[in-house]
Amino acid sequence: MIARLAFLVLMLWSGLAQAFDYGLKATPIAPDTYVVIGTTEHFNRKNGGNIVNTGFIVTAAGVVVIDSGPSLQYGRQLKALIAGITSAPVTLVVNTHAHPDHYLGNGAFEGVSIAALAATRQAIVEAPPALLDGIYRLVGDAMAGTQSAPPTETIEPGARDIGGHRLRFLAFDGHTAADLAVLDETTGVLFAGDLAFLDRTPTTPHADIGHWLAAIEALRALDVRLVVPGHGPPAPPPRAFDQTAQYLQWLARTLTEAAGDGLDAAEVMALALPPAFAGLAVAREEFARSVAHLYRGYEAAVLGRQ
Amino acid sequence: MMTRRLVLGAGAAALICGPARAADPVDPLQSISWADMRDQFLEGGPVVFDDRVVLSAPDAAEDALQVPFLADAGAIGPVTRMVVFADLNPIPLILDYRPGALAPLIAARFKIQQATPLRIAARDAQGLWHVAGQWVDAMGGGCTAPALAHGTDDWTAHLGESEARLFDRAGRRRLRVSFRHPMDTGLANGIPAFYIERVELETPDGRRLGDLATFEPVAENPLFTVEIPAALELPGLVVRARDNNGNIFRRQVAL
Repeated sequence: MIARLAFLVLMLWSGLAQAFDYGLKATPIAPDTYVVIGTTEHFNRKNGGNIVNTGFIVTAAGVVVIDSGPSLQYGRQLKALIAGITSAPVTLVVNTHAHPDHYLGNGAFEGVSIAALAATRQAIVEAPPALLDGIYRLVGDAMAGTQSAPPTETIEPGARDIGGHRLRFLAFDGHTAADLAVLDETTGVLFAGDLAFLDRTPTTPHADIGHWLAAIEALRALDVRLVVPGHGPPAPPPRAFDQTAQYLQWLARTLTEAAGDGLDAAEVMALALPPAFAGLAVAREEFARSVAHLYRGYEAAVLGRQ
Repeated sequence: MMTRRLVLGAGAAALICGPARAADPVDPLQSISWADMRDQFLEGGPVVFDDRVVLSAPDAAEDALQVPFLADAGAIGPVTRMVVFADLNPIPLILDYRPGALAPLIAARFKIQQATPLRIAARDAQGLWHVAGQWVDAMGGGCTAPALAHGTDDWTAHLGESEARLFDRAGRRRLRVSFRHPMDTGLANGIPAFYIERVELETPDGRRLGDLATFEPVAENPLFTVEIPAALELPGLVVRARDNNGNIFRRQVAL
């Protein structure tokens, strides 16, 4: 009996001590090009924060990683996943923007150049500690050891030849104050970061809807074969562009009308979602969050100052 | 009818069982603080949990400094008071509204410190409290964080500035009025409590329409929503807000 109990305790202990297993899988989407597709959920304990797409391109000059995921463990497991595919070292990690699910895996890539747009670097450095606390609270153990490891260099917009791939770095804003998209002109794959979502409701904590829509229009004009959205499945254009733009237009229209009708934010959060968007992952929660982020601006526009 | 039966039942049970507490309706939100809340804010009056009182609020607070809520007790008949509180906030009481001649509807925003039940208790003409509520999840910290105003140099220059507008809501007129004010709780390090504590709604000739007592948890730059019944003829409305330092902010609204 005591032996069995001891065995149980040991099992439990070793279970706790074990690192969270993300079960990451690399999906080949083009020559040398892989995407690691995350869930379309919110941060939770079960998904360990794996709610995001990351990707990598195996070039003759090393591996280019696009976004490092939500935690140190994720970053380490992404690195191991890459090592199982190629013996080439990771030589560049790119953070598309300053949202934590896209850069908290940076810590696993010590010694590697980690690059982002200047404003993204600044936002990551200035992110309040409460941001990390909040993710620990939602995700728990999978976050163990995770700290913010800000990018080490600034990426300038423009094209760069890296080991036989011509990568075009495109600087926009709208989802956040600085949003990087990476177009591999050699394969036609566009890593759109969070400028594009597919089958997952867009998030707006730092959004400027007008600028975001303009960025999507600019992306449409590019010669793209496959779009990798920040969240949701990769798909040929224009699906992710259309869906993201339509949602944002609806969101702006809905908040404008609600403010004009004198609705309080609590009432707006409870509004019915149209069928086109009600089926998107986490639609209800994300819409309520967007009301919290954006509605005050719409209210201010209709309330007259003294 | 159902409500009255419940109250009579509660009274009978109290006679049989002794202390009235034994017959209290069970808190559907299972808050450890419910009994205290009731003693502090509902004056030990009779209580019924009543879904006809509508409380709209998010399930989770995206912004701990600004959690919106709207309470509407229009379905239970005449209401003398509407008390809104969050059980587990360090300062639970958010506002206490006496709608008077106005409709029993109030919306505002509050600062949340941790996950907590949020409640509206509406007292009917017979003195019975109709209570509704929900849990609001939160990462928290809203009550002990300095107001955003303290990050600017010129907030005192804008103190009391007001925005207001009337909206037509299917016959009822809805007033949304805001005042620039830090609404300091006194719980942030080194910043004393400084908040609007009273908002009075009057006719231009000084007749009281409604009376709103507000407390520390009301969010910075408070935005209040109230409604004027269709039947109430008014030439205009005066909103007078007073803070705990004696500043008075007056806003006239033409109807």
